[in-house]
Amino acid sequence: MRTLKYVLKRLLFLVITFFIIMTITFCLIKSLQAEVPLGKAAETEKARREALGWDKPVLVQYGIYLRNLFTKFDIGTSLKVSYMKPVAEVILERMPPTILVNVLSILVGLPLGIALGIFAALKKNTWIDHVVSVIIVLFISVPSFVLAFFLQYFLSFRLGWFPLVMYSKAEAGGLFTWKMIYSLMLPIMASAFYEIAYFARTVRAELTEALTSEYMLLARTKGLTQSKAVIHHALKNAMVPILPVVIGTFLSVMGGSMVLERIFAIPGVGDLTLKALQTFDYDLFVGTAMFYTLIGLLSGILTDLSYGFLDPRIKMGER
Amino acid sequence: MAENTYNSIPAEKFRFVQQNEKLHDKALKTKPIGYFKDAWIRFRKNKASVAAAIVLAIILLYAIIVPFFSVYKLGVASDMTYKKMNPRLYIGKTAIFDGAKTMSLNDKYLVNLVAVGMNAEDPEMVKKGHESWEEGIGSYYSPILRLEEERVVEEAGKEVTKRDARVSTYHIIGFRYLQVPKEEYERILAWQEENEVQVLYPMVDQDNPYCEDPSDANYWYKTKKGWPVDEKGKRMDLEQTMENGVQDNFLRDKEGNIRYYKEMGSMYSIRVLYYNYYQYKNGHEPTFVFGSDGGGYDIATRMAYGLRTSFVLSFGVALVCFIFGAFFGAIEGYYGGWVDLLLERVVDVLWRMPLYIIVVLFQLHLVNTGKASVLGGLLMAFCVTGWIGTAAVVRTQFYRFKNQEYILAARTLGAKDLRLMFRHIFPNAIGTIITSSVFAIPSVILSESTFSYLGIVNLNSRGAVSLGTMMADGKEFLSEFPHILLIPAAVIALMMIAFNLFGNGLRDAFNPSLRGADE
Repeated sequence: MRTLKYVLKRLLFLVITFFIIMTITFCLIKSLQAEVPLGKAAETEKARREALGWDKPVLVQYGIYLRNLFTKFDIGTSLKVSYMKPVAEVILERMPPTILVNVLSILVGLPLGIALGIFAALKKNTWIDHVVSVIIVLFISVPSFVLAFFLQYFLSFRLGWFPLVMYSKAEAGGLFTWKMIYSLMLPIMASAFYEIAYFARTVRAELTEALTSEYMLLARTKGLTQSKAVIHHALKNAMVPILPVVIGTFLSVMGGSMVLERIFAIPGVGDLTLKALQTFDYDLFVGTAMFYTLIGLLSGILTDLSYGFLDPRIKMGER
Repeated sequence: MAENTYNSIPAEKFRFVQQNEKLHDKALKTKPIGYFKDAWIRFRKNKASVAAAIVLAIILLYAIIVPFFSVYKLGVASDMTYKKMNPRLYIGKTAIFDGAKTMSLNDKYLVNLVAVGMNAEDPEMVKKGHESWEEGIGSYYSPILRLEEERVVEEAGKEVTKRDARVSTYHIIGFRYLQVPKEEYERILAWQEENEVQVLYPMVDQDNPYCEDPSDANYWYKTKKGWPVDEKGKRMDLEQTMENGVQDNFLRDKEGNIRYYKEMGSMYSIRVLYYNYYQYKNGHEPTFVFGSDGGGYDIATRMAYGLRTSFVLSFGVALVCFIFGAFFGAIEGYYGGWVDLLLERVVDVLWRMPLYIIVVLFQLHLVNTGKASVLGGLLMAFCVTGWIGTAAVVRTQFYRFKNQEYILAARTLGAKDLRLMFRHIFPNAIGTIITSSVFAIPSVILSESTFSYLGIVNLNSRGAVSLGTMMADGKEFLSEFPHILLIPAAVIALMMIAFNLFGNGLRDAFNPSLRGADE
């Protein structure tokens, strides 16, 4: 019962936060004076803006926006990036490539990271552990776009192993083909390295703590072999703080990295956001901004809640 | 029985150590170890962190010093002839970067390149034959730094001999024709006399049928279809050229004197060795330690300015967030209750706002309308959310310490809220705050370079430049001139690694109980 109350409370806060951010973004974006083209185009442009309600005060516009959002799930119309297409549709169209890249990079990064972390924790303070630690520091610190440039130069230009940028759908014969995945190898690597390092670091820290705990001593004392004790006791406990992070990460696959999508010409959500920004496509900008905010909020709440569900020791809603 | 075993000691043998004097604590003879000294002792033991600190100090010093000493200035138009040069740095005679690229030369082109050195050394081509060839190869101005053995390759079905060579990107330019007013010509002449650097070279007889390309000043010798010819006008191959040298095609007057200019209306058409002409124009040799970018600007200098931008911005943000975060966290943690609840909701909203939205809004509202500079707008945008981490740390520390006995004691003695907060509780948090501020610096640098790379902020003006902008500019040359992009990228990577190691060391030093908590 208390759990339910806590969840509801969190959801309520989420909705409130979301609306505050949306209000701020919408009003600040709409209060900008859009450039009016000169000459003949001015008349039609003016008429179009009036039809869209752009001449009304910002708060009235926001009222209309909210009404459309609740009654028709309509969050405006793109004017520059895709002419006269609903914003929601434009964003949805851009999601598959982003999700594909991010899911693949997690599929590569997660198991490798966890394996590396377990390995390092088990061999703590040996040279293996030190090597893993150095790798972790390197991969965590080096920004993904710097990594992307080096990968592009060495693996693509110098060695010619992978294509420089993502293939178009026509080139690869569809989005979910092996050829497409092959062309996505570089962006996958660029983001997977960070994930490997991140998960390895977390797993190593947690498992190290679990290995030195008293229940491990008890497990060994009652006659379990080291490997059995590790698998059945230490790993299980070490995974508790890691799983929520994994769950949170899986939700954020929908939002693409702007910089990686730009470098590798991936037609995803991040790229769309940049385009909306550069072309001053106001509705689309508000739409993508809200999309990113929502993903951030949801993955945050999911992470927090899953801590409570996975670890009964954590009582939800307690201060 | 041992001799010093007594069964009874007479009472008079005992005396008091002190009877009439009072006992006091003695002043400590050793120096006290304070909090920061203690942290320093611990920090110093962490070798990786010390190395990182040194690296950071070097980068910081580079950013501060280089613009003062560099001959290249930001916002000064560059010589576009020397764009996309490779890095060149000589210490004495040893090359750390040779400023060259590897090229595969055919015989015709090889002669053309060697000829640059030949003429540069010997303006009027007094020397003839093999001697002149040798001099051309060994010349300071020779584009060819190193020549490999010849090899046979198949090209379009034919077998061609080629040689791999390291060709200096600075000297491959060679000679250029220029149109200058008469006065300029005389100024060059005077400068040349004064500095003993040959700038002006004989004009080429551009109307001669043996002139390969009247617009290319490097064809100063007589050629037939690009091949050099001998005195009789017969085509020579490479070996013959090496033996006999080439025949000059200089412009001569009726008496046979070599002419150094050709009158074109009011202008003079002259032929200069561009490397030396550059020295005449700029007062220094064209040498770019990290190469030059697509606009002909020195990367080393621009990078120093870019690093300055990064440091000014990140230190500014760290400072503002340090102060504001400390106040905010202190108020939250000290008063607790509804104050805390209310302020935490503010934090919740701000913290969930994607950074890029804040940056964009500040750029659109303040920068584009001219109310703030680009850097100022960026600083404000980062400050909007930057303090949250610091505030959270301070808040936690305040919750931990505010109910301890010594605070109660101080309060009983009449200490006011502000005194309790900043005199008694705050020092407990100082180590953690410093650590969190130091970790804020690299994240600001990274975000700034990302935003400027993406063009969300435009940090590319006469006054400022950013590493991100430099990378964006270098992107199109990645395949052929990777240094333009990869050098700034490598510096960012180096800086991030160093900051992370340094921050880890600081954290362990200030807070030994957290050692390795997330490592």
